[in-house]
Amino acid sequence: MSMFVLMNLTLFGILAATAVTISRLRALYEATMLTALFSLVSASLFVLMDAVDVAFTEAAVGVGISTVLFLGVLALTRSREDVTPRIRQWPARVVVLLAGGMLVYASQDLPRFEGATTPVQVHPVTDVYLRESQDDIGVPNTVTSVLASYRAHDTLGELVVIFTAGVAVLLLLASSPGPGRREEGEGPAELVLADYRVLRVISKLLLPFILLFAFYVLFHGEYGPGGGFQAGVIFAAGFVLYGLVFGVDGARRVLPRPLAWAMIPLGILLYVVLGLAGMLLGGEFLDFQGLRPGDPQAGQHLGILLVETSVGITVAGVMVAVFFSFASRRAAR
Amino acid sequence: MSASLLLDLASSASLLVGSLFVLSGGIGLLRFPDFYTRIHAAGLTDSAGAGLILLGLLLQTPGWETAVRLVLIVLFMLLTGPTSTHVLAQAAGRDGVRVWRAGEPRR
Amino acid sequence: MSGSLYVYWLIFALMMIGLYIVISHGNLVKKLIGLNIFQVSVFLLYISFGKVRDGSAPIVKEGIDTYSHPLPHVLILTAIVVGVATTALGLALVVRIFEAYGSLEEDLLHERDAASGVDGPS
Repeated sequence: MSMFVLMNLTLFGILAATAVTISRLRALYEATMLTALFSLVSASLFVLMDAVDVAFTEAAVGVGISTVLFLGVLALTRSREDVTPRIRQWPARVVVLLAGGMLVYASQDLPRFEGATTPVQVHPVTDVYLRESQDDIGVPNTVTSVLASYRAHDTLGELVVIFTAGVAVLLLLASSPGPGRREEGEGPAELVLADYRVLRVISKLLLPFILLFAFYVLFHGEYGPGGGFQAGVIFAAGFVLYGLVFGVDGARRVLPRPLAWAMIPLGILLYVVLGLAGMLLGGEFLDFQGLRPGDPQAGQHLGILLVETSVGITVAGVMVAVFFSFASRRAAR
Repeated sequence: MSASLLLDLASSASLLVGSLFVLSGGIGLLRFPDFYTRIHAAGLTDSAGAGLILLGLLLQTPGWETAVRLVLIVLFMLLTGPTSTHVLAQAAGRDGVRVWRAGEPRR
Repeated sequence: MSGSLYVYWLIFALMMIGLYIVISHGNLVKKLIGLNIFQVSVFLLYISFGKVRDGSAPIVKEGIDTYSHPLPHVLILTAIVVGVATTALGLALVVRIFEAYGSLEEDLLHERDAASGVDGPS
């Protein structure tokens, strides 16, 4: 049994044990922490399967943002679930066994794992992405070149989905302040995280480095793992940290609400203008070769950079706006 | 003993001791009797375990770019690990979690 | 063992645990957690299609000839961020439902709807 198989089996074993424990836990705070563990171990599994960009995104998004959102919701609602009655368990077991059985039966037609002759690997587009892209675009990270240039239209669609979800969350949560009582003056004299001096100092110290790291990931995404999505999430995580420690009002002073909300459509606007610029310069929508007349490779580089920046702006805006609308919601109890 | 053999030995020793620290942190988290001792064990995983593993990797790096990144990661972990342990312990203290004394049942 | 299908079966097992959580538990937040587990296992399935034996990450370097396929990585990268955005939307709905009904258990929600005689919150 090779090392790869051993590591694979170990990580999958941890994932399965975590998933079963999540199913049996009735305390939802603990279940949320175990979900964060699940995302982190799956990020390691992604690295094992050579998907370093994906592992980066999963670690930032699944472990960071998702956990904070779940904890925020549990603080606003109840954090313990009722016992599942037996009558619900049996139909679920039957469905799961049937569906699992059908999937295992159908998996016999799937291509063998790790094979070099699977339809995914021998398709001519593989050669285009891995070899021709070095002549046409010249970006070493082929994931970035596929995402931002070859399949830029898909990325625009995904960005609009993220934008829609963000706007929907704002419509649901930020349009009314919530049923809680209005606090006069400063608010209740409860303990705020900013009372801990060490935490206050360290988070103020780290925030500029987190934002700098987000820009680094954005610009370095052409040469190593990274890109706009990861950069946007890390940028938002910096402000989420600040908001957790200094309160929503403190974070609003650093990043005012109109600015955070303006970032959400700004990215998509930039993306679409970039696509139209390609058309105006003689090519098709989102054709970057015309951006630098005479040097198509430099045009592609500029186009990819602008695409990643616009993706980063919208993703950061959506994550920050979503977090702040959850955090400033007054609890019903 | 050539330099590369020495380097290999040092890095393997560092990795091994680091993994032992991580393991002991996990065991401590399960077996210690009280909240404060448990977060002490978890904090050991963060600082000693991760630090030694990263030191072992640092001794094996092929180029200076990876080495700089590893040093930055170590700095970041040294900043954030003790902070989180400290804030957890202070919060528990303000919340009224009492320290365990010998002879009491495990909390 | 690399020419076999054991990886897919392990992923299907994870998928089924996630599906079980979604179907059997009544609490809405627990359902969202189960959906999250299902989603991550679907991502694992897609990424496993792109892996090649002895390949490396799809970042072109001199000296390396075999790379894992970048296209599944692109699809899943965007899917992860879209997934968290839609999870945030689901959680926002959960918050509003809790404020309207006072409970997050599915059976209680159906009962309250039936008792008030309408098909949804007033």
